[in-house]
Amino acid sequence: MNYNVNEKGYYGEFGGAYIPEMLYPNVEELRQNYLKIMAEESFQMEFRQLLKDYVGRPTPLYFAKRLSEKYNTKIYLKREDLCHTGAHKVNNTIGQILMAKRLGKTRIIAETGAGQHGVATATVCALMGLECIVFMGEIDIKRQAPNVARMKMLGAKVVPATSGSKTLKDATNEAIRDWINNPVDTHYIIGSVVGPHPYPDMVARFQSVISEEIKTQLKEKESRENPDFVIACVGGGSNAAGAFYHYLDKPEVGIIAVEAAGKGIDSGESAATSALGKVGIIHGSKTLLMQTADGQITEPYSISAGLDYPGVGPMHANLFASGRGEFISITDDEAMQAGLELCKLEGIIPAIESSHALAIFETRKFNQNDVVVVNLSGRGDKDLDTYIKYFNY
Amino acid sequence: MNRIKQILKANKKLLSIYFTAGYPKLDDTVEILQQLEKNGIDLVEIGLPFSDPLADGPTIQKSSEEALKNGMTTNLLFEQLKDIRKTVSIPLILMGYFNPVLQFGVENFCKKCAEVGIDGLILPDLPLAEFQEHYAEIFKKYGLLNIFLITPQTSEERIRQIDAASEGFIYMVSSASVTGSSSGFGTEQTTYFERIASLSLTNPQIVGFGINNSETFQLVTKYAKGAIIGSAFIKMLSEKGIAGISAFVGSIRKV
Repeated sequence: MNYNVNEKGYYGEFGGAYIPEMLYPNVEELRQNYLKIMAEESFQMEFRQLLKDYVGRPTPLYFAKRLSEKYNTKIYLKREDLCHTGAHKVNNTIGQILMAKRLGKTRIIAETGAGQHGVATATVCALMGLECIVFMGEIDIKRQAPNVARMKMLGAKVVPATSGSKTLKDATNEAIRDWINNPVDTHYIIGSVVGPHPYPDMVARFQSVISEEIKTQLKEKESRENPDFVIACVGGGSNAAGAFYHYLDKPEVGIIAVEAAGKGIDSGESAATSALGKVGIIHGSKTLLMQTADGQITEPYSISAGLDYPGVGPMHANLFASGRGEFISITDDEAMQAGLELCKLEGIIPAIESSHALAIFETRKFNQNDVVVVNLSGRGDKDLDTYIKYFNY
Repeated sequence: MNRIKQILKANKKLLSIYFTAGYPKLDDTVEILQQLEKNGIDLVEIGLPFSDPLADGPTIQKSSEEALKNGMTTNLLFEQLKDIRKTVSIPLILMGYFNPVLQFGVENFCKKCAEVGIDGLILPDLPLAEFQEHYAEIFKKYGLLNIFLITPQTSEERIRQIDAASEGFIYMVSSASVTGSSSGFGTEQTTYFERIASLSLTNPQIVGFGINNSETFQLVTKYAKGAIIGSAFIKMLSEKGIAGISAFVGSIRKV
């Protein structure tokens, strides 16, 4: 079975491009060109060079000795937290800004929830000297003041989304509306493997550098390219798509996606889409999403702003529906404890998103000889406030 | 014959109104429709509210949000419309985003539409290819026309595809914009209107987005068969309520 996108833009029954006609020319232009552009040698050279010299890749694959001892298995951490700007998000924004330039676009828009993708977009716009407008929910602007300041310092304009619930999904709606209003000069840098085809595939390809590096690095350390398991947290699912990408068609590699249960799956305050979602359309993609019986999209909840999305990328919806991926959900409390544990055992303060992936060792047991790779998608600097409040430091 | 096709044959410029079902008040739907017919409106788009209306500007966003807060649902809308054909005979189109229709079940939705006397659907985020592959047969079975959009950016090749796939009219989006912009029309728009008029399409065009007064209505109907007013009508409703409909329609129709 093939777990990648097909020529019509679908992963199994998920994906496609459910967009109003106003967006068709933009999305179609991208669809017709993205593979061609990505295959150009000059594009690849520029992309690879920036990942190396600007982002700081390859990121280390670190054997977490004390964590491994505690859980009696071999745990490796893929250190995306060491990327410039503090998370894997920049892999995608570097790729998309180069894409935008080759498409002749001069104005960049993006959505952001916690601000990580917004910062990564503002960063590459500064690098390339392009105008940058970031849409961010009014509520998130208040919650994430340091990231708002960072975007402004980097020269971006931050526009509050005041519609709907005033969070990530509304920021995404506003970015799409802006694109409808500015169809000619603007490229929309979506931050995750969501949105209409070709976005999920394009973003997954830019993030696939993560599993590409894991293969090489694991070969050096364990004399094998394939781990027994690869684990990543999933909100929209871009870090997971990157970590899974080169293992999708390797059945010997177990794929584990970790979603945010929030205060518990049945609490009414959760973001565990695989458990709570049904097939529907969100932001131009047919996928699993949290919604009412009447098809109205509901507001998710997680302590981690990066996992606080009511849908999941179509690749992940297909991994879930086909049974290729194992989906586990982790509560706020479990994630916070796992985050603190990594600090104490390994001297690494993880982003709360990544803490969700780490938390599964408490409940999901592995064999002593299993090689388990956890994608540590981001660092915890941005979450200090939340950690401080939670643990009363 | 389908009521939309019939009205398109009339020898006049058509004035169409869009409003959001369940706004301003939950039970206003039937009375608004009756008032629109009484005041000479030629066809109506009834908006099925959605939580995430990504092609709409602030006015329709707000009316959708209010309508949902008021308790509007797909079932309730069909319930409100069940006797509508006893008092209203102008063509009625349901307009909404695809997800609520998908959750209701596309066939079930179309069946309900046929039962209450709906003539067509506008689902902006259901793309042409998806429609043709999966849903065209169902629409046909229930006698529903599916109305497609074109915009100033739509290529001629695609306009011809849409024309070939259309029955009834083509919804011509006036400018690169979400609904409710009121910047008026300049030469960029008139060039576009002329270009489309010169294509001699099979289906007549009705222009929507940015039409908010007599002047813009007169201008676009120089080139097209009719015009649709949405945000400006909803704004009026929020200020004056149903009692304001007569004066509003009068102000558009005056030459």
